Amino acid sequence: MNPFSSGTRLRDMIRAIRACKTAAEERAVVRKECAAIRSAISESDQGYRHRNIAKLMFIHMLGYPTHFGQMECLKLIASAGFPEKRIGYLGLMLLLDERQEVLMLVTNSLKQDLNHSNQYIVGLALCALGNICSTEMARDLAPEVERLLLSRDPNIKKKAALCSIRIIRKVPDLAENFLSLAATLLKEKHHGVLISGVQLCTDLCKVSEDASNYLRKNCTEGLVRILKDVSSSPYSPEFDIAGITDPFLHIRVLRLMRMCGQGDSDTSEYINDILAQVASKTELNKNAGNAILYECVETIMGIEATSGLRVLAINILGRFLSNRDNNIRYVALNMLIKAVAVDSQAVQRHRTTILECVKDSDASIRKRALELVYLLVNDINVKPLTKELIDYLEVVDHDFKGDLTAKICSIVEKFSQEKKWYIDQMFKVLSLAGNYVKDNVWHALIVVISNAPDLQGYSVRSLYKAFYTSPEQVSLVRVTVWCIGEYGEMLVNNIGVLEVEEPMTVTESDAVDVLEARLISHSSDTATRSMSLIALLKLSSRFPPTSGRVKEIITVHKGSFVLELQQRAIEFNSIIQRHQNIKSSLVERMPVLDESTVIVKRAGPSQASISTEKSNQQPPSGTSLKLPNGVAKPAAAPLVDLLDLSSDDTPVSAPTSNDFLHDLLGIDLTNSSSGIAPASGTDILMDLLSIGTPPVQSNTSPEISSDKGLSLITKPASNSVHVVDLLDGLTSNGYLPEVHIPVYSSITAFQSSTLKITFSFTKQPDKPQVTQILATFINLSFDAYTDFVFQAAVPKFVKLHLDPASSNHLPSNGNGAVTQTVTVTNGQHGQKSLAMRIRIAYKVNNQEKLELGQINNFPPGL
Amino acid sequence: MIHFVILLSRQGKVRLTKWYSPYQQKERATVIRELSGLILSRGPKLCNFVEWKGYKVVYRRYASLYFCMCIDQDDNELEILEIIHHFVEILDRYFGSVCELDLIFNFHKAYYILDEILIAGELQESSKKTVARLIAAQDTMVETAKEEAGSISNMISQAM
Repeated sequence: MNPFSSGTRLRDMIRAIRACKTAAEERAVVRKECAAIRSAISESDQGYRHRNIAKLMFIHMLGYPTHFGQMECLKLIASAGFPEKRIGYLGLMLLLDERQEVLMLVTNSLKQDLNHSNQYIVGLALCALGNICSTEMARDLAPEVERLLLSRDPNIKKKAALCSIRIIRKVPDLAENFLSLAATLLKEKHHGVLISGVQLCTDLCKVSEDASNYLRKNCTEGLVRILKDVSSSPYSPEFDIAGITDPFLHIRVLRLMRMCGQGDSDTSEYINDILAQVASKTELNKNAGNAILYECVETIMGIEATSGLRVLAINILGRFLSNRDNNIRYVALNMLIKAVAVDSQAVQRHRTTILECVKDSDASIRKRALELVYLLVNDINVKPLTKELIDYLEVVDHDFKGDLTAKICSIVEKFSQEKKWYIDQMFKVLSLAGNYVKDNVWHALIVVISNAPDLQGYSVRSLYKAFYTSPEQVSLVRVTVWCIGEYGEMLVNNIGVLEVEEPMTVTESDAVDVLEARLISHSSDTATRSMSLIALLKLSSRFPPTSGRVKEIITVHKGSFVLELQQRAIEFNSIIQRHQNIKSSLVERMPVLDESTVIVKRAGPSQASISTEKSNQQPPSGTSLKLPNGVAKPAAAPLVDLLDLSSDDTPVSAPTSNDFLHDLLGIDLTNSSSGIAPASGTDILMDLLSIGTPPVQSNTSPEISSDKGLSLITKPASNSVHVVDLLDGLTSNGYLPEVHIPVYSSITAFQSSTLKITFSFTKQPDKPQVTQILATFINLSFDAYTDFVFQAAVPKFVKLHLDPASSNHLPSNGNGAVTQTVTVTNGQHGQKSLAMRIRIAYKVNNQEKLELGQINNFPPGL
Repeated sequence: MIHFVILLSRQGKVRLTKWYSPYQQKERATVIRELSGLILSRGPKLCNFVEWKGYKVVYRRYASLYFCMCIDQDDNELEILEIIHHFVEILDRYFGSVCELDLIFNFHKAYYILDEILIAGELQESSKKTVARLIAAQDTMVETAKEEAGSISNMISQAM
């Protein structure tokens, strides 16, 4: 054997690698060594295999690929000598994992080694098997392991027991084979065997119900005896840790007791005493003792314990909580979260300590404590708790602020009994952490404010004050802007002052100042600015003297680069300039928003998530939908989710209740919301109004269009005679509907996946009641339609005349269209709008097809 | 069960890894990277438990080495701290005041010791004396085998 042939010794290689200053140097050294090892492998050099594998393992730990060494491991395992086997098995466990197919080749060697006469070699094999065997290997070698469980050598026994654990984890069906063997292990005296045996029993219980019953019946007595012996045994230097004999055994036996006592009151009763003994005797000051107590408490909580024992357990946890060691406190908080479910009263006693933990410097403890506090909140303690939490919100770190805010908001929502308290808390949270507050939370706040008319004045004044202290909190700004817009006159005229308020004078121009500042400020984003624009418009109507100034402010933004702002500015400007008479009705106080949605949220968090999901599908607030005729609509504001309308269902084509249109036209404005324009036939709105709930703002217009393909109408009527600019579109949260240029544009009367019908209108000036509709039919499918027949039905006050269609053959894919003129005479023109039911029959592929529809989106004024 | 054991130096170098759950080579590298970042950045006063991907990772720093063990949610963290200490004490007795360098140059021996303490992610032996005795016996076997091999080769080379 040439001592120089195989290169460096392991130690020298390690030294060389550690001496490398750069990664490139290290790579070079490693490459050289790998090359040497590879050539040694290919030459089947027996002599230095041992050393080569050791080197390879080190290289593997550095992160380099070493798969070429896997076969070498196998060869080493197959050799006769102990040192080779030892390093071979180690290499196997390090370089391979159970998913490699090479592993299968070891099965035979393993089998032979499991039957070896040398106990240490058997031990090596059991260890390797227990650490990385695959399912097939487990199945193959299970009989060997079973046999070894009966060996006389405790070293073999304990390794076999742990190896069996892996086997039954991989192949749960084999569990029954090990059952009786495991039970006999519990009678041993050797600690190592006991520990492994108890662990094997625990895993058997986890895997199989039968095993659990068997062990419960036969082994509980034995377990109690073991625990008694070990806890009362005299000092033994071999097993002593911090004054306790073999805490590991304590803990494992306690765990197995838990598995046996779970759900079984007899067993639980039987182990009651020993648990109480361990719980009271064990000392608290060392980690080993604490570990045992922790396991004890877990067991008490897990079985059907007596209440006395439970109280004992929770007291231990209380002592843990006041321990200065972070680990202990963390563990205690964890356990208390589970204990709350079992005995909430007892945990409440420790509330103050838990609150202290919320302010701890350790992030894990803070998180746990906050969760626990959340579970402890009830109607009685909610006010002081919330106060504490909000106080803490002022000083908390940024990474924790989000969590804390979310928890406070949900506590306040769930448990608030009076609106004023709720509003107060929310204002505080908004001013401290507005940036972390989620959208649906401040929307809910707005809903509540709108539902509490006596508190509106108070709200707007508090917000105004808060605004000056924390202008950088985005949500606070938005809520303030909205409230100032809506309740501006309450702010200025000090309406509805509550006793607790200090007197405050705010002039109209102050209010406008605030809004202007928001508009101009660089830190405001588009949504805030949009809201400010609307609020300004509202103020210009509520405070007429400021109208001129507002107009100036708005004019500035007509050239804004942001489309949304520009559009709003132009529209609002035109409202102020040209539509003075309807301006006030436009920006009337918003109707009370439906609070049921907020209450719905209280009842079930799942609902809230459903609604937020819906909002995610809708375009984000601030963007507009472009309609075919180029007029944009305000997008669905997030408030829609709150409304949680029957928009689960597709909008139902409600009966054309013309009373609805009456309202919208401004005859009865107290009911209608500012801005629900007579969007003739937007189904959602009609649903709402026909239900009779307070007219809710709905911005589900985009939803409609996606649901049914009915495009949204944007035709305010006016011709030269009627000056009423009927504002179309739906608003929410103060978004104003656009003002449309009066024109009769065509509508998409009906759209399905296979057919589209558009109506375009002409009127003769001297006959306002008569409208001529040119209906265009387009075939959207791939097949041509024949025998196309269009029929229509109208309400009684309308007369209908159908001219013959241009043809009754409709080519496919919109390659041609069929037109038909329909003349309608509206007997109640000016009072009621048109509506029509249509029926289309055609033949496609020699099959008769029928499509029915209802057209509600006629422009008003026809 | 313990899913894996990782020993990390202060600079993030891996000194020992043992995997008791199936992790592929690439996954192992990712895990090590993530945990290194997570654990090495924690301050000294914080608690020794980190929540990671639904598991708990218990770690303790001994001199320049971090001993990390990953366990299930329902395992006893305080016990794992004891197991880590158990391991360290045995290493200490074996190497005589163990330091990181010992573990670097004799990593294979560290692995042998770990294999006498844990199998299949569970504790095997609570007695330090027994573990030491077993390791010593196996080391003796290796020594004896080496001597025999040495003497045979001597005989052969002398004969040639």
